Amino acid sequence: MSCRRSTLFLLPVLASVPAMVLAQSPASAPATQAQIEALQTAVQNAQSAGDNAWMLVSAALVLLMTGPGLALFYGGLVRRKNMLGTMMQSFAMMGLVTILWPIVGYSLAFGHGNAFVGGFEHVFLHGVGLTPNKDYGATIPEQTYMIYQLMFAIITPALITGAFAERVKFSGMAVFLSLWSLAVYCPMAHMVWGVGGLLNSTGGKFPSFDFAGGTVVHVTSGVSALVTALYLGKRAGYPKVPMPPHSLTLSFIGACLLWVGWFGFNAGSAVAASALATSAFVNTHFATAAAALGWTVTEWIRNGKPTALGAISGAVAGLVAITPASGFVQPMAALLIGLLAGIVCALMVSMVKMRFGYDDSLDAFGVHGAGGTLGALLTGIFATSLINPVYGSDTSGKLIPTGVIDGHWGQMVNQIAGIAIAWGLSIVGTLILLFVVDKIVGLRLRPEDEAAGMDLSQHGEEAYDLNT
Amino acid sequence: MLKIEAILQPSKLDAVKDALLEAGIEGMTILEARGHGRQKGHTEFYRGREYTVDLLPKVKIEVVVIDNLKERVIQAIIGAARTGRIGDGKIFVSKVDEAIRIRNDERGEAAL
Repeated sequence: MSCRRSTLFLLPVLASVPAMVLAQSPASAPATQAQIEALQTAVQNAQSAGDNAWMLVSAALVLLMTGPGLALFYGGLVRRKNMLGTMMQSFAMMGLVTILWPIVGYSLAFGHGNAFVGGFEHVFLHGVGLTPNKDYGATIPEQTYMIYQLMFAIITPALITGAFAERVKFSGMAVFLSLWSLAVYCPMAHMVWGVGGLLNSTGGKFPSFDFAGGTVVHVTSGVSALVTALYLGKRAGYPKVPMPPHSLTLSFIGACLLWVGWFGFNAGSAVAASALATSAFVNTHFATAAAALGWTVTEWIRNGKPTALGAISGAVAGLVAITPASGFVQPMAALLIGLLAGIVCALMVSMVKMRFGYDDSLDAFGVHGAGGTLGALLTGIFATSLINPVYGSDTSGKLIPTGVIDGHWGQMVNQIAGIAIAWGLSIVGTLILLFVVDKIVGLRLRPEDEAAGMDLSQHGEEAYDLNT
Repeated sequence: MLKIEAILQPSKLDAVKDALLEAGIEGMTILEARGHGRQKGHTEFYRGREYTVDLLPKVKIEVVVIDNLKERVIQAIIGAARTGRIGDGKIFVSKVDEAIRIRNDERGEAAL
């Protein structure tokens, strides 16, 4: 989330202010300092209004990704008896993470703290008001930034639910993912986006480029998903018993909602209604289309048919892969990133998953873990200072190169550092939490409950009443 | 009285229904069913994973008729449902001992 915003943008406007004042002044007296200040304030207010409008819309769009987007996407992929249980996992995150965020989550992610985690200065939203926090978006109320970031904190643990679908207790899932959001997500968000964070692209020890959460959201959730899938074991009967999706129609709607919501996710990460937001919006759209093509063609060649599930899975893979790159690369690079993501993720969920035999039920790792890692690497390659001069300019006014395409090979070290930390934190943090929660609450469904399905055994209701 | 049961491809239901009405059959029962004969199933792919679906959706039509309508009904069903490919379905004919109209207790052929 680059908080940089080009103030150059404002210069022509400000420069013209005295002239406007002169023209309007009947006595043609020079503008007073007070008049200039009033106009400057008016200009700032106008910019703030535009930025705040876009950021509030973006926050709503990102919430739309979890519910109903992800809930429908995942829900359609499970068997009928687990539909409500799967959707409830996403909805539970909308509730639980929202409650944790103002109490302590936001502070752990965006408080000052140290290089690894934020402090407790903002617990219970202490000091988070309606004025901007210069560190995180100088033109919008800090509460706008806080609520926007909350939506990211919601969807990240919700993504993990795709790995342990159809076999987890609601209570264990709720406790595990709530703790996960504090112990894994918040530190990772702080390292990448927080002031003074280890991987922060402006001032961190390893300035890693992650515009909207390739490592923070997708690598953490995808790798943690793999760990939970391995820890919990396979679904009863997998892979002998067929477990086809019960409604690709619903998954299709969910995937299309994800695509739309992702504009808030990526373009909103400019934290302003700026040209950079446009760049991220365009890149997001291009990569998604290219990835849908990449996955579809890969599948067409391997299995003989272009499937609807392949097309929408490809789109999601493209959205994941472009997430870290969206505010750093040019549109043609976005097309390439998307195409590669579609092909790689298609092979991940078919060849690699089958070879190793783990039951990542809805391919949370194959899409988010693999796509996020690939995207983070490609960001280092295709990032260019022409789009986002995140390293500023040197004394002669020349932009400092950012990615490999600019000639800055060292960026790959930073990207790999970011990826390695995201993998390491996810593996260690997830394993510890799984172990603790399993001992105290229990995670795996009893065999009879798994057979009956989560809808009946966990919630006492059914998604579809076929008798009325 | 005879009961004629026909298991059909779902897509042929409307054609068979029309053919039966044309043959003078006034009532019928239609059931949604799943099953397979020699056709076996088909394969589906989800994210590269192959699934064999062996129970396919079918419809079953049941009509009860007087004995001398047997061939007419059978021919009507065959005429409408046959494609010549595996999976067209089957017809079963069996004897019915009694028919009762619940509304007025009519018995036998009068109840049909």
